[in-house]
Amino acid sequence: METIFTTNISYSSYLSEAGLPLQPLPEWTHTPDTLVRYYRNMVLARQLDNKIIALQRTGQIGTYASQLGAEAIDIVLGDLMESSDVLIPYYRNHALQMLRGLPMADMLSYWGGDERGNASAGMGEDFPNAVPIATQALHATGVATAFKIRGEKRAAVTVCGDGGTSKGDFMEALNVAGAWQLPVVFIINNNQWAISVPRSLQCGAPTLAQKAVAAGIRGEQVDGNDVIALHESVNEALQHAREGKGPTLIEAISYRLSDHTTADDATRYRSNEELKAAWEREPIKRLQTFLHAKGWWDEVQETAWQNEVGQIIQQGLTEYLQRPPQAASDLIDHLYAKLPDALKEQRERLLRNARQGGNHHE
Amino acid sequence: MSNPLTIVESVNLALRSEMQKDSSVVVLGEDVGVNGGVFRATVGLREEFGIKRVLDTPLAETMIAGLSVGMAAQGLKPVAEIQFMGFIFPAMEHLIAHAARLRHRTRGRLHCPMVLRVPFGGGIHAPEHHSESTEVLFAHTPGLRVVIPSSPARAYGLLLAAIRNPDPVIFMEPKRIYRLNAQPVEDNGKALPLDTCYTLREGSDITLVSWGAMIKETLEAADKLAEKAISCEVIDLVTLNPIDHKTILASVAKTGHCVIIHEAPKSCAVGAEISATIAERGLLNLQAPVSRVTGYDTVMPYYQMENHYMPNTADIIEAVTGTLEFS
Repeated sequence: METIFTTNISYSSYLSEAGLPLQPLPEWTHTPDTLVRYYRNMVLARQLDNKIIALQRTGQIGTYASQLGAEAIDIVLGDLMESSDVLIPYYRNHALQMLRGLPMADMLSYWGGDERGNASAGMGEDFPNAVPIATQALHATGVATAFKIRGEKRAAVTVCGDGGTSKGDFMEALNVAGAWQLPVVFIINNNQWAISVPRSLQCGAPTLAQKAVAAGIRGEQVDGNDVIALHESVNEALQHAREGKGPTLIEAISYRLSDHTTADDATRYRSNEELKAAWEREPIKRLQTFLHAKGWWDEVQETAWQNEVGQIIQQGLTEYLQRPPQAASDLIDHLYAKLPDALKEQRERLLRNARQGGNHHE
Repeated sequence: MSNPLTIVESVNLALRSEMQKDSSVVVLGEDVGVNGGVFRATVGLREEFGIKRVLDTPLAETMIAGLSVGMAAQGLKPVAEIQFMGFIFPAMEHLIAHAARLRHRTRGRLHCPMVLRVPFGGGIHAPEHHSESTEVLFAHTPGLRVVIPSSPARAYGLLLAAIRNPDPVIFMEPKRIYRLNAQPVEDNGKALPLDTCYTLREGSDITLVSWGAMIKETLEAADKLAEKAISCEVIDLVTLNPIDHKTILASVAKTGHCVIIHEAPKSCAVGAEISATIAERGLLNLQAPVSRVTGYDTVMPYYQMENHYMPNTADIIEAVTGTLEFS
């Protein structure tokens, strides 16, 4: 017997939980610009997340999937993706979508139960949120196939959770991406929990990144709470894709610090100790410590930015709350390019019977 | 569990009751174990029956359905949960191509005594893909039984029947009324038939046929119409495959009028099947065309537009009035 194939999966991290370098840092971190931008964007993402949860609790927005703890992944992706790349997101990518150009009020509209949020011109060619699990991974391979057929130097980027990797769709997407060497980057936000099911019960393999191996594509693990590690991996993967060198799977290790959604109660199935330990690893504090140590960020800047963030959020919120309700005809008018004659009678009935309500602010 | 019970509590009671009696019953699905199900339908079962009979599965509906087919062929009675109707589509291949036809294609050598429980329907301000009513996809599949309870007591008795039935049953739970009206439910182990509808109210002027959560609006409409001296017979269809046409035809023979009410879009839905059967077998008893009060032929909207989509009591009253005034 001979060994015909071996592999290994790398794990990379640059900043410790305490914000200290674990290895020599890449050159781009030697100046403050990018890291300070990452920090500011993460602070904004977190404050907004808190605000949306408060809106949900007061009935001003619908069931919401919090991003608490996943800020670093979205912020880095949003920074490194080109506008010509295409994002095929899942339902926990709000910050990334906003960095891609989705106005806050449109993002809020979506979570406020209004499909007009998906119509935002700010989304460009990006897909709307995939709510059915891991279906987006296959759409990303389709987008990447279009790029490849047309010979374009663009990357398709898609994100799913650790639970999503258990779906056939995910494995089928990796497989075709490998077979056709598609310009696609798969990101797993491995936040350790798929509602109540822990990562350990989701898959018997020690890493999710190794699912790439069976598909013949690059796979690696990074500290998803470490913007530097994420930046290095994502940047390389995007360049690979755009240069026609094939797909990459990046498993970003994070932690879902929130409930699954506002309809969930995580205290039913996970311990406070585990949650407390996860807070020690969260992405914002460690970068803040690093920036403070470098002298690139201080309390005065912090206070000023927190205030500015409050204003940015208030502005988006006001715009969202002032948006007029949809016309009743929106229920039917966007179903086909041209409304079939057979539906006209139902449309007339709809307009005749238009209900009160349909506006969450009332 | 203390009485009175809601529908979701009755589902839980039926599962517990049958698991105690029959060791081949195994509950599985996403979040059904430690978490007790996202709607709490399976709460406490893992503690009582252990991890070999209450399985928290990986997040994969294709697997849940296909795995259940395998378990069922081995003599187990899997009761699988699909968390929301909108996520059932990956399971369809196994339900349609395998579960529904295993008995037929092996001429009975193997069969598939599985139950797939799935909450369905709109009106709870849920996220996208969490409010669908796609019962017709299953009712249209020969070999699958489709059952929808609309009261706690019937949820209990029908779920027992579904688990005991030797063929695959899609057990759809109307989540809008999951916790609406509690009623006393006796844990008597008695299964209800899976091929009869229930006449919830007798009447002489018009027959109203509905199922699931829309039974609530249908009964409300019947109450309001009674104030105007219009006597409605209200039939809860309960089993969408097979359909108890006999009871409906007998009722229409008596009343001469029929309105069918459902939340699903109108075209090619179960209401069309009932209407067609009345036309085929009861035409001469009709004094007016059969009327349907349904959702629109469109995508189930995200929650801001739900009000516009969902049929309501006023729609039913309007249809009844129009039907009775037909000449």
